[in-house]
Amino acid sequence: MMNIRHRLENIYRLGIKELFSLRQDMVLIALIIWAFSFAIYTAATGLSHDLHNASIAIVDQDRSQLSMRIQDGFQEPYFKKPVRIDYSQIDRVMDGGDYTFVLVIPAGFEADVIAGHQPEIQLNIDATAMMQAGIGESYITSIFSQEIRTWMGGKTQAAAQNAPSPVNLVLRYAFNPNAESAWFTSVMEIINNVTMLSIILAGAALIREREHGTIEHLLVMPLAPFEIMMAKVWANGLIILAASGLSLIFVVELLLQVPIAGSETLFLFGTMLYLFFATALGIFLATLAQSMPQFGLLFMLVVLPMRLLSGGYTPTESQPQLMQWIMEFVPSTHYVTIAQSILYRNAGLEIVWPEFAMVAGIGGLFFAFAAFRFRKSIAVMRN
Amino acid sequence: MTSPRNRHPGNNGSTSPAPPGAGDIPGSGPDNGKHPAVTVRGVSHVYGNTQALSEIDLTLSAGRIYGFIGPDGVGKSTLLGLIAGAREVQSGDVTTLDGDMRNARERSRTSPRIAYMPQGLGKNLYMDLTVRENLEFFGRLFGQKKSERKQRIDRLVTATGLAPFTKRPAGNLSGGMKQKLGLCCALIHDPDILILDEPTTGVDPLSRQQFWDLINDIRQSRPTMTVLVATAYMDEASRFDHLIAMNDGVILAQGSAQHLLESTDTKNLEAAFIALLPEDQRKDHQELVIPPRPQSGDKPAIEAEGLTRRFGDFTAVDHVSFRIEKGEIFGFLGSNGCGKTTTMKMLTGLLPASEGKAWLFGEPSSGKDLKMRERVGYMSQAFSLYAELTVRQNLDLHARLFHLPKDRVAARIDDLSDQFGLSHYMDDLAEKLPLGVRQRLSLAVAIIHSPEILILDEPTSGVDPIARDDFWQLLIDLSRKQGVTIFISTHFMNEAARCDRISLMHAGQVLDSDTPDALREKRGTETLEEAFIAYLKEATGAQEKADDQISQNNDDTTLSLAGTGHSKGNSDPRPQSNNNGETGNKTVPGFSPRRLWAYSLRETMGLLRDPIRLVFALLGTLILMPVFGLGITFDVENLTYAALDRDQTPESRTYLEGLAGSRYFTEKAPIRNYDEMERRIKSGELALVVEIPPDFGHKLQQGRTPEIAATIDGTMPFRAETIHGYVQGIHQKYVADHALRETGNTIAPLPASIQTRYRYNQDFKSIYAIVPSVIALLLVFIPAVLMAVGVVREKELGSITNLYVTPVSRFEFLLGKQIPYIALGMTNFALMTFLAIVAFGVPVKGSFPALLLGAFLFVVSTTGLGLLISSFTKTQIAALFGTAIATMIPSVMFSGMMQPISSLEAGPRVLSMIIPTSHFMTISVGTFTKALGFMQLYPQFLILALFFPVLTGLSMLLLPRQER
Repeated sequence: MMNIRHRLENIYRLGIKELFSLRQDMVLIALIIWAFSFAIYTAATGLSHDLHNASIAIVDQDRSQLSMRIQDGFQEPYFKKPVRIDYSQIDRVMDGGDYTFVLVIPAGFEADVIAGHQPEIQLNIDATAMMQAGIGESYITSIFSQEIRTWMGGKTQAAAQNAPSPVNLVLRYAFNPNAESAWFTSVMEIINNVTMLSIILAGAALIREREHGTIEHLLVMPLAPFEIMMAKVWANGLIILAASGLSLIFVVELLLQVPIAGSETLFLFGTMLYLFFATALGIFLATLAQSMPQFGLLFMLVVLPMRLLSGGYTPTESQPQLMQWIMEFVPSTHYVTIAQSILYRNAGLEIVWPEFAMVAGIGGLFFAFAAFRFRKSIAVMRN
Repeated sequence: MTSPRNRHPGNNGSTSPAPPGAGDIPGSGPDNGKHPAVTVRGVSHVYGNTQALSEIDLTLSAGRIYGFIGPDGVGKSTLLGLIAGAREVQSGDVTTLDGDMRNARERSRTSPRIAYMPQGLGKNLYMDLTVRENLEFFGRLFGQKKSERKQRIDRLVTATGLAPFTKRPAGNLSGGMKQKLGLCCALIHDPDILILDEPTTGVDPLSRQQFWDLINDIRQSRPTMTVLVATAYMDEASRFDHLIAMNDGVILAQGSAQHLLESTDTKNLEAAFIALLPEDQRKDHQELVIPPRPQSGDKPAIEAEGLTRRFGDFTAVDHVSFRIEKGEIFGFLGSNGCGKTTTMKMLTGLLPASEGKAWLFGEPSSGKDLKMRERVGYMSQAFSLYAELTVRQNLDLHARLFHLPKDRVAARIDDLSDQFGLSHYMDDLAEKLPLGVRQRLSLAVAIIHSPEILILDEPTSGVDPIARDDFWQLLIDLSRKQGVTIFISTHFMNEAARCDRISLMHAGQVLDSDTPDALREKRGTETLEEAFIAYLKEATGAQEKADDQISQNNDDTTLSLAGTGHSKGNSDPRPQSNNNGETGNKTVPGFSPRRLWAYSLRETMGLLRDPIRLVFALLGTLILMPVFGLGITFDVENLTYAALDRDQTPESRTYLEGLAGSRYFTEKAPIRNYDEMERRIKSGELALVVEIPPDFGHKLQQGRTPEIAATIDGTMPFRAETIHGYVQGIHQKYVADHALRETGNTIAPLPASIQTRYRYNQDFKSIYAIVPSVIALLLVFIPAVLMAVGVVREKELGSITNLYVTPVSRFEFLLGKQIPYIALGMTNFALMTFLAIVAFGVPVKGSFPALLLGAFLFVVSTTGLGLLISSFTKTQIAALFGTAIATMIPSVMFSGMMQPISSLEAGPRVLSMIIPTSHFMTISVGTFTKALGFMQLYPQFLILALFFPVLTGLSMLLLPRQER
């Protein structure tokens, strides 16, 4: 009765209608624009994951040339200008979180170095400052070694050769030579906003129709629920796809000057697969919620964990094993991997296909489940 | 009942030309020296571009009942809102009971004497509270003590017949009962002026009659009370002493019903109203003529047999049967919620029937038959078109969804737009259309595919009489000329009278079906309304007794109703001020803990009865705390690495053992060549690759310092830098060990060394820092979001009116609402602290009292933040996302969780000082992990304590005291 061509035309027409509806919703449009431009920019430039502006205080009981030299070694932008404090202040400033690092250079330090007494200086680290403590320690250690070496080099030849290293280690960062965090955060913010907005857009589109009573209107027409859902998926998905593509080119590449290593087309293809899952998730949540506010609350409970645990913020391999297994079944984890592999590491389809398969597979299953829920929920709609 | 004693000035100052007779009301001397109850002078009101009222002048005297008549959207509600003080006066003067409604102080002095029932069934009631809880709430708002409240409530519920239902949630009451409850709530404080905005719209005629009887009884017992009523039912307007006919924001005419009929020379008020309209609005109007329907012997177009629908325990439609012939206009007449809509949904297949069957054209109706849908047109109750599309787009979309042949789409749209008078509006957005035009568009869309059956659910509610007649003309044409079967529902009697046959519906059952005339004859009544009432009385046979009881009670209690404030036989022992006709209410000026408590109690009950909010409130933390606590980790562990050992000597293997032995790294299968290396690092499988050159062992032995290359995956910079540190450490250790092996000496690479002390968190496990931070994060997030939604809900549902028209102050309102959420926040805090200690093993090393006090001050601040946002947002969804964004982003970025506050630069640094999260995070991390107490943390406590007064003050400034 209903041939395929009619079905496709229905899906197309209803999708066009979605686009028109969205055009009138200034709040959502503003949200989309904000999320894919300003939000990306602020995330990339605002919070740096590497050592930046770390605050350090120095208790200099030696007041020697060497201690001054070490003090001068702490340079911006990694460290703020070191501040001298008294020994008695250490507890207070660290308790109050005024400084993350406090370096104590004992009296007679320079003299002991020259005399070869192997003096020790003490480094206090506020180990509750998780993001800075570990990295800061290695920075301070290397600044310290360097300053001492150069200083000794100026003093005696022998001291400079104090310990010739038997092996040299050459470390390099692949894909991001200077370990710039903006490279990472900008793209990951796009990923996060793809998830967030596709859920909101698709869910809100359904709830809006329900609140306005227009969904009933569609249901008395010769349309199948699948067509109604599919129209929402493609129309809202297309908007997100376009927004993320534009954001990648204009905000990330042009504005933030982040080089994209791999194929953007391949990435967008991955995004498209992922959008089936994300929009279906939005529709699923909308079938659970009775109203927009309830949808909002559910949205938060679902999106926050997805956002935090998919590997776009913190490394997934450090999570407890159980959580890693659970997150294996959430397509956003694989989508993050796809984005990182393609955009940073220039991976091709021959490398990322397992992730593509996972996103498509799990996304497809969930899509079918959401379609089932959608059919059921509109069958029992009371309002 | 009261003869017109007073003179009522007409609308002589108003802008529109007064129709004949409007100004010169026969009547009556001056005001007996009494002050008028309400004076309105030159009042205009504008919403955006819409002029709701223009230059209204009106004087209403005390002790009379005034009816404001006219269709929806002519300004009745606006005017009543202004008189009640619920709406802000834009221009002109409004004086109600000597109080200038523009002056906040006078308003709050007068408000205890005014009672206002806004439009919409039970709009100012709380549907999740029971009848008694609602009444208790209003009693508290008017400062009544427990004993007094009980006395008053008992009298009111007895008088209105609600006594048996006091434990029922307001949401489960029928429309009529909701309105009675609304009336009880309005009367709980013995008002001197009672303002009722469409109190009986959508209520069945029996309940309507009872409602007006009740009002009459009350007026008899309190003759000084002035009553203002707005109504869309012209037929009930004749009950009122004095009518004010309004249209388009102006008063068309006023006077008694008799006077209006005489001056327009019409027989009923509806016709009188049309006659009063300006010439250009009524010029095309003609009396509706319904041609007789040719009898057809066809089989029925629609048939239902024992159709039943249950929702849980509730039976919405109870064994409904009917047959509708082809071309017939068949009406369903009944109150809101009597099952009309549900029946229609079952017919269209939108809802499956629980029992019984329906046939369309002899075929069983089911939701699955797509072909059948092409023969049916449906117009649902609400305006169900896409408001954000234009008229043309709406028509086009539906034409294409019904797959009209492509070449016929344009022609069909043109035909319909001509026929329905839509040609002028084709490119306007549907939401911008006048109501009558929208309804025509809805109908046009419903018949775009030329259906044989048209199902219309209350298509004309809210439309003015002329537009309604136009609409009916279209229906009649469809029925008589095109033979379309029309199934229509309505709660207007005069519309029902136009149908070929009607079914009278009540509480899910069809009382009778026949032609309107036959129904009247069967009951021997003059009007259809009376017939319906007779049917209702018969049908609710069991209830009839109760009804008698009620009217009996009404008689008995007329005195006691009055007695609540005025009668000398008042059993209330406390003295009551009774000067100058003012009420006996003891409305406490200034702060009243009872009013505050009324809101706290109401909010608590509302929260406890909303499963989704409650789940979010309690499970939210239980779900998010582990997710955040375990998920946000800065520990970099389980790192995968592989070696490309091109040397394969004992020396190279010794070097690699260092990595293999590290607890941070996990070894993967060795790499064989560069291609493989590139592939594996690109796929993200390896975080680190160590490459040992071919002559490593050889060079090492010769002391020629071979070079090892380590490549770190730099995708995630934080992880990469940490790996960098680890690898260097392992390398240093190798160098030292190597020296030990070679020379037997431990050699120091440097003449001095650094001894590192990880303070507060010796193991350097991120859980000890993250868990206390997550507690802070969730305590800002969840209480603030719930708080914001809590207040905006009242705005959306309409109960915010109670803030506008009762003596409750903004401070009482805000704090009252806040208290339950503070309690909720503290519960969450207790839950999370328990989880932290027991599940995460993160103990509180410092002062627990300090943590507790900090949490309390913090929750007070975060709920205050929610209040602040809710005081200027209008919708729950805006409040929700606004609060989420305003709390989460600064809290995650600038509160010291990610980057220590000491590292933040100017802007973010300032931001971190003015958000409460950073201060509590210092307290939380300090008491949990740093083992601190009050002594070290007092600055944070001082700052946190400042948030409450500042936020509450701002919220009070921003929360409107009146509707705009």
